[in-house]
Amino acid sequence: MRRARAWLALAAVLAACTALAQERAIPPGELKSGSAFLGSDLRALQNDDFANPGMLWVERGEKLWSEPAGKKTLACASCHKDQSMRGVAASYPKIDKANGKLLNLERRINQCRTERMVAEPLRYESEELLALTAYLARQSLGVPIAARIDGAARAHFETGRAAYHLRRGQMNLSCAHCHDAQWGKRLLSETISQGHPIAYPAYRMEWQTMGSLERRLRACLSGIRAEMLPYGSQEYLDLELFLAWRAQGLPIETPGVRR
Amino acid sequence: MPARIQIPREARRGEVIEVRILIQHPMETGYRHDDVGHLIKRNIIKVLSCRYNGVEVFRADLSSGIAANPYVQFYTVAEASGNLEFTWVDDEGQQGAERQAIAVKG
Repeated sequence: MRRARAWLALAAVLAACTALAQERAIPPGELKSGSAFLGSDLRALQNDDFANPGMLWVERGEKLWSEPAGKKTLACASCHKDQSMRGVAASYPKIDKANGKLLNLERRINQCRTERMVAEPLRYESEELLALTAYLARQSLGVPIAARIDGAARAHFETGRAAYHLRRGQMNLSCAHCHDAQWGKRLLSETISQGHPIAYPAYRMEWQTMGSLERRLRACLSGIRAEMLPYGSQEYLDLELFLAWRAQGLPIETPGVRR
Repeated sequence: MPARIQIPREARRGEVIEVRILIQHPMETGYRHDDVGHLIKRNIIKVLSCRYNGVEVFRADLSSGIAANPYVQFYTVAEASGNLEFTWVDDEGQQGAERQAIAVKG
């Protein structure tokens, strides 16, 4: 009886795995970073560690990392001193063990600030938050994205997947209509990418500055003439988790340079 | 105004060296409007200059056509050990300065 149950459980796990594999619109072998859809000049700029303008934020983040803040005058480096942060960014968005909530890197930084450093949280899209996020993500350069969607993350993943496939706005398009079905084709002067989140925070030519993944998602929503949700909305966060799962295996390349 | 400078730390006398500088600056063109329709005042880096041991070896007058966070690259001849000093000033009168040392052999 026990053995039969074990077999059933195994079969269920296998079925779940196959189902998951089948859910992927783009097979793992065909995943392409956003930089594959750039012109050679922008790709060269991204790969140039000196000229990549995003490195200005990475450098600022490195300084902020050891700058004390808040009532306890603690810096990030006070706790994370002998600890490599390499690979950390690749596991986000992630469920926080303490309260069971889903956090992206920005929210994790702010949670550390409010709860451990007793400091004011950094405003979304503020230079400081972009700098710290970029600095953290840069340390995972080349590490494949590996966000987990089991346990408490599962519900967020499903909401994120629904958000990804939801038709929105005056153009009545979902994310999937462009980034699953039409990637590689032209949209006016641009080549449609697969929409992977691996280069964020990224420096976008259109913005002439650094921006978070949420800012990029808002730009997409604006592009399809849909209502933009406010920064920090749960829907963006769930969508970020789905996007991370969708990009699983692609290496992080923060700070990316994009059009 | 943070900036990054890249020059070789060491060079032979007479060697042509590549000098690169990246400055963080919005380079506000003066042609854009804010959310309520007011013109945003122009604020660009007007002049960027580089002195090599006190002698000006490079000078650029930038215009509003230059993108934010300007990146400038030029070449000069390594003549003596010392410093390359960059200075720049924007429309608001904010000044920036950054220097980098070079050791010249031979």
